[in-house]
Amino acid sequence: MQIIQAFVDHINFIGAVALFLIGLHTVVTKKNLIKRIMGLNIMGTSIFLFLVAIGNVTGGVPPILQQDPNVNYINPIPSVLILTGIVVVVSMTVYSLSLTIKIYEMYGTINQDELTHLIREEEIHD
Amino acid sequence: MKKHLLSLLFLIFFGILVYSIMEMPTMQNQDAPSYNEVTEYYIKNAVNDTGSVNFISAILADYRGFDTLGETIVLFTSVIAVASVLRTVKKKEGEDY
Amino acid sequence: MDDRIVKSITRLVIPFIQLYGIFIILHGHITPGGGFSGGTLIGTSLILYTLVFGLLPSKKKFSHRMSQIAESGGIVIYVGIGLIGLFLSGQFLTNLDAGFPIGEPGELFSAGMIPLLMITIGIKVASTMVSLFHLLIEGDLDADHPGIR
Repeated sequence: MQIIQAFVDHINFIGAVALFLIGLHTVVTKKNLIKRIMGLNIMGTSIFLFLVAIGNVTGGVPPILQQDPNVNYINPIPSVLILTGIVVVVSMTVYSLSLTIKIYEMYGTINQDELTHLIREEEIHD
Repeated sequence: MKKHLLSLLFLIFFGILVYSIMEMPTMQNQDAPSYNEVTEYYIKNAVNDTGSVNFISAILADYRGFDTLGETIVLFTSVIAVASVLRTVKKKEGEDY
Repeated sequence: MDDRIVKSITRLVIPFIQLYGIFIILHGHITPGGGFSGGTLIGTSLILYTLVFGLLPSKKKFSHRMSQIAESGGIVIYVGIGLIGLFLSGQFLTNLDAGFPIGEPGELFSAGMIPLLMITIGIKVASTMVSLFHLLIEGDLDADHPGIR
């Protein structure tokens, strides 16, 4: 049918959207801090897949110069933009994990419900 | 009850996003909006301008060298930010820091 | 770790990983790869050394002082290459106008300033990865059994 043909043609974009929603579900639902940080990382990775899938060309070859003068190269510009994106996502993940280490040293737990309870008690006793 | 409502909401999101993706062009064949004259210029003149056979390295280090400089600054800043959180300065006895 | 098999195999494999990483950095303008992926490979080999042999022997090989020199030196050399272009022609970070030799496309010594920039980026990325790993692990170190077990 026509809908299945359209689905198979856009399979890369649909995979990127599915990964994004899996990451978002992890951030919203889980209670452990480290699982939520990993959910943010998964959301960032899904956007890289989306960007690379935009630059694809039917029957294209990798963008290294070849001897044949009439081949189609894929679009190299989105691949270049991804390298800066990867560095930003790695920096954000590392900083969040270091703050999690400090929270564990101070409060003794990394569960979101217990943390809210402990912080609220601390504010009452001040 | 809340979890079922949340899963239903995410399925509705998925349906809306898939419906809006169907409007996008499929694997382009060089008549798509993202394959414009900038890409054609880079592919045609990269070997003559820089002498490098790899187009992605030529774009990364020669045509867009400023972005790579900014990115090395981001790497440097991330090490300093983590070091400022995790390395503590211990006070010696009798010193007023 | 105290396992004899893991230690012997790690001692055999680490030079080959580093050789492969240096190959990918230096051929950044001929084959796919470049500075970022080659730097990640070299950083990963040093993280493997830390995991197998402990934290204290690894800090002797890659101390805090060396990390300072690698991080700061990377940015200074990058800006220095750009300033060479500013003094010799008139623009910051140019390749052809500043007199870098172009050579034949496809050889190893070609493409002007691109291999120099790739080496700079590779050193910086490797040093970042090892520094971040040592900072995250250090809190686990206490006086009666040093190193990670």
